[in-house]
Amino acid sequence: MAEVLVLVDHVDGMVRKTTLEMLTIARRLGEPSAVFIGAGLDAAKEVLAQYGAEKLYGFESADYDDYVVAPKAEVLAQLVTSASPAAVLMTSSPEGKEIAGRLSIKTESGLITDAVDVQAGEGGAVRTTQSVFAGGYTVQATVTKGTPIITVKPNSVAPEAVSGAAVEQAVEVSISEGAKGARITDRKPRAATGRPELTEAAIVVSGGRGTAGDFSKIEEFADSLGAAVGASRAAVDAGWYPHTSQIGQTGKEVSPQLYVAAGISGAIQHRAGMQTSKTIIAINKDEEAPIFELVDFGVVGDLFKVLPQATEAVNKAKG
Amino acid sequence: MNIVVCIKYVPDAQAELTFNASDNTTDRLGVEGLLSELDEYAIEAGLKLAEAAAGGVAENTVTVLTVGPDKAADAIKKALQMGAHAGVHVSDEAIHGSDAAATSLILAEAVKKIGSPDLILTGMASTDGSMGVVPAMLAERLGLPQVTLAAELTVDGGTVIIRRDGDTASVTITASLPALVSVTDQINEPRYPSFKGIMAAKKKPVETWSLADLGLDAGSVGLAAAWTKVESFTKRPPRAKGQIVTDEGDGGTQLAEFLTTHKFV
Ligand SMILES: Cc1cc2nc3c(=O)[nH]c(=O)nc-3n(C[C@H](O)[C@H](O)[C@H](O)COP(=O)(O)OP(=O)(O)OC[C@H]3O[C@@H](n4cnc5c(N)ncnc54)[C@H](O)[C@@H]3O)c2cc1C
Ligand SMILES: Nc1ncnc2c1ncn2[C@@H]1O[C@H](COP(=O)(O)O)[C@@H](O)[C@H]1O
Repeated sequence: MAEVLVLVDHVDGMVRKTTLEMLTIARRLGEPSAVFIGAGLDAAKEVLAQYGAEKLYGFESADYDDYVVAPKAEVLAQLVTSASPAAVLMTSSPEGKEIAGRLSIKTESGLITDAVDVQAGEGGAVRTTQSVFAGGYTVQATVTKGTPIITVKPNSVAPEAVSGAAVEQAVEVSISEGAKGARITDRKPRAATGRPELTEAAIVVSGGRGTAGDFSKIEEFADSLGAAVGASRAAVDAGWYPHTSQIGQTGKEVSPQLYVAAGISGAIQHRAGMQTSKTIIAINKDEEAPIFELVDFGVVGDLFKVLPQATEAVNKAKG
Repeated sequence: MNIVVCIKYVPDAQAELTFNASDNTTDRLGVEGLLSELDEYAIEAGLKLAEAAAGGVAENTVTVLTVGPDKAADAIKKALQMGAHAGVHVSDEAIHGSDAAATSLILAEAVKKIGSPDLILTGMASTDGSMGVVPAMLAERLGLPQVTLAAELTVDGGTVIIRRDGDTASVTITASLPALVSVTDQINEPRYPSFKGIMAAKKKPVETWSLADLGLDAGSVGLAAAWTKVESFTKRPPRAKGQIVTDEGDGGTQLAEFLTTHKFV
């Protein structure tokens, strides 16, 4: 069976959940091979084996962490030549998409981004499902040239643990000087919030202009549910919440089990980032707010009254 | 310094986007279009750099480049009104249905024909297709360093420096010119065309090139040459109307009940 390369999404060896989802998808298409680039390989091995990686390609050099995208695309291009995989999967993050874009040109292969599902089609073709036009349409697509390169959105499938051999492969790759053109010269780590990562979270609670700058009720409600906190662009532009928490077209696209929008009107650009959520709840003072068109459950009311009451009830229910 | 800004003409975000049933491509003709709002940030960034560089706008040029249908000329016009010096419009029947790979090929050849710019600027993503991969593909084709998703941008001599805000860290990325830089909507406030700008734009040069002008074969782009294929599309069924309650003192309690019934607690 052909290999399927999965580019491991990790932070210093801490493997992200999306990697486990991609390993699960890879098994539908062939034999998963994990490609680990950067520092921290030892910490990652066990979990990659637990989720079915048959082979493990490790490229553990600090070099990769200092340069942007291009060296990783070169590594993958060389593996595509040597391993002739059935497909290459990576996360639909800005970096994942950029690596995929470069790889696509290098290997003259078709690229599909933002897949929410990937299946083996007839004759081994890889068939993807995407949600387009702000969630208005669902599209099925295939790659017609080269090795299918697919970026997969987080939360697309439930990861399934299956033990894999994770046999380490010794492969020599060369990185050109040209790929080292863009260098990271400074790094200011972001303080951890202790909350789940937005794109991976099962529940996201977001606040908008309706918070008037006070996110405390949003955060307390989120914490009662173990949720991540998001924000609309209006809230971000006002400086109330960091840009990295923005949900929408120019922020993050999330697809959690539950999305709660409080004090958010539901502009098309915001919808683009949350419309594929499984269950949607809104709290808004204005019963005409467009967000109510999307909801499974909505409360017309003041978020400063509704959320604290709900938080208390949730905390009580948890016991 | 010579700057090229890649700009796209896109359907209006408020319009209902659909597919052409005949070939599964986006229907770009049936709806009103405009300059992609996210590319206005790239134009503004280019103008700011030109103004700040030695010699100012007299010696530092901003050329906007678009690949698209006839109506895409509107996008160029708006950019010229904002202050760009010149426009290049690549337009050809054969371009219809091009995917990101083909678009990047056309852009790459057009950039070469414009001359070797010091800086190529793009938006972070198109507001219609929104793959966000054309910048990376273009950088790859031109063999340039890619310095993407800039929330802050400076050029110091032959070096470009950006700030990029990631999930785990905010990083500074540095590259030597020539380079390709994509900018986010956090970078600046795009200017509105002034009356003077609108008048001046009428006299600015716009070139229209065909594929043949770029030495590209019609068969290398367009729907037939695409590396991916849309097999089918379905309109997402409207979400079933949800339950909406008006808070009369127990809205939060009802919300919590909904969460418990649906096992979120
Ligand atoms: C190119 C482009 C890209 C964009 N990208 C994004 C993006 O990625 N993400 C994004 O979110 N937006 C984006 N936007 C902006 C978007 O168009 C909207 O302006 C934005 O989403 C509005 O944010 P909001 O809903 O918080 O504010 P508003 O639209 O002002 O809505 C605030 C809501 O809060 C309600 N409210 C007020 N007080 C209370 C209260 N006490 N209790 C309950 N409800 C209350 C009001 O009734 C109102 O509905 C983009 C726009 C453009 C042009
Ligand atoms: N047809 C086009 N003409 C000019 N520039 C484009 C075109 N398509 C994409 N771009 C540029 O590439 C960026 C990202 O586009 P995309 O990859 O389509 O999301 C845009 O913001 C533009 O700067």
